[in-house]
Amino acid sequence: MRSRTLRAWSWVHTWSSLVSTLFLLMLCITGLPLVFSHEIDHWLLDEAWAPASPEGERLNLDQVLDVALSRHPGEVPSFMSFDTDRPVVNVTSRAPDAPAGVYTFQPIDQTSGDAAPPVAGHPVMEFILQLHTDMFLGLPGMLFLGLMGLMLVAAVVSGVVLYAPFMRRLPFGTVRTGRSARTRWLDWHNLAGIVTVAWVLVVGGTGVVNTLAVPIIAHWKDTALADLAAAYDAPVALDERASLDAAVERAKTALPGRQLQFVAFPGSDYSTDNHYAVFFHGDTPLTTHLTTPALIDARTGELAAVAPMPWYVKVLSLSQPLHFGDYGGLGLKIVWAILDVITIVILSSGLYLWVARRRRAT
Amino acid sequence: MSGAEPDLWRTFRVPLLLATLSLVGLVGALLDDGLWDTAGAALLALTLVIAGLAWHRRRNTPSSGRGTVSDGSG
Repeated sequence: MRSRTLRAWSWVHTWSSLVSTLFLLMLCITGLPLVFSHEIDHWLLDEAWAPASPEGERLNLDQVLDVALSRHPGEVPSFMSFDTDRPVVNVTSRAPDAPAGVYTFQPIDQTSGDAAPPVAGHPVMEFILQLHTDMFLGLPGMLFLGLMGLMLVAAVVSGVVLYAPFMRRLPFGTVRTGRSARTRWLDWHNLAGIVTVAWVLVVGGTGVVNTLAVPIIAHWKDTALADLAAAYDAPVALDERASLDAAVERAKTALPGRQLQFVAFPGSDYSTDNHYAVFFHGDTPLTTHLTTPALIDARTGELAAVAPMPWYVKVLSLSQPLHFGDYGGLGLKIVWAILDVITIVILSSGLYLWVARRRRAT
Repeated sequence: MSGAEPDLWRTFRVPLLLATLSLVGLVGALLDDGLWDTAGAALLALTLVIAGLAWHRRRNTPSSGRGTVSDGSG
């Protein structure tokens, strides 16, 4: 490689790393507990609980919704989701004038209407998740972290290019322990970097896709749901809405054999102003991560459309497990955490090498 | 064939193997449950084991510590 080309790649590697290192360190450190968020939530929120009437009749979804809204008068429903291992329905609602991202979350015992203890979303984990996702800055924060993710990809690609000339005469695995600390750390940096390159590119690339979740979903609404959205002039009012329970049953007949995942209410991010969007997922390991919504007209309760997700929403859906590493059991999570720690070492050693080189130059 | 090609292959053959193992593990665990969950974790862990063994082997060879390449990177 010509020395001018080498210098150009070195410049890309140095500056793409330097610009992003502090943010990537924050992402690695906050990402570590998020790999184990299910286990940590279970530990922090562990509370003995049983439904009031395990064998009794269950409230229908309209009754559950009424109970939830009666506890927070004036709020409008946004989402409803369903626990898989207990008869609990989760209602997410918000005040019409609430700031973006501020919601009320209520797990409700479907056998009694009583409040049930949450099994996820401990405040500590929510804090870490939001720091990791947008640094409490909303969409600008997400997009900024996406840019840092692109810097990471540039640093990894340029690092691979630079690996060739530096390792040309050294066998794989060499760490020159007899040389200066700086050389030793350079070898560790190169070795750890090249071993983790595929994993870092997958986690970094999917992280960038995840930061685009808001524009991706907005684009889906503006295109795939455009015809449905144009059917009415004004949003459906709360007292105009048809039965939610019947809407979900109608959606189930449109997508038989699928698993009900959640309902997005009219006006929420995942639906139009006039439809219940009832989301289902498949039952294979892969299709568990892929959803398909049935759109039910909230005024009439009739099926308006089944809207299979376009490729870019599927990419977003698959990017979430591939980024957080929470899809393959505890063994995969432990290896994920080790790779995360190695990435912290790579970032820190890169910073050390830059500082050491500057000191030597001066 | 130019001399640079064998050099490049020699430099990248182990990293390429490790990247392939990692990707098969990552995607395999996503596509199936049960055995593939274990296999996915094992393949990812195997990349670290191979790197560790290579480092251990180099550490114990007499030439270790006498690098021939400049350490001018950062």
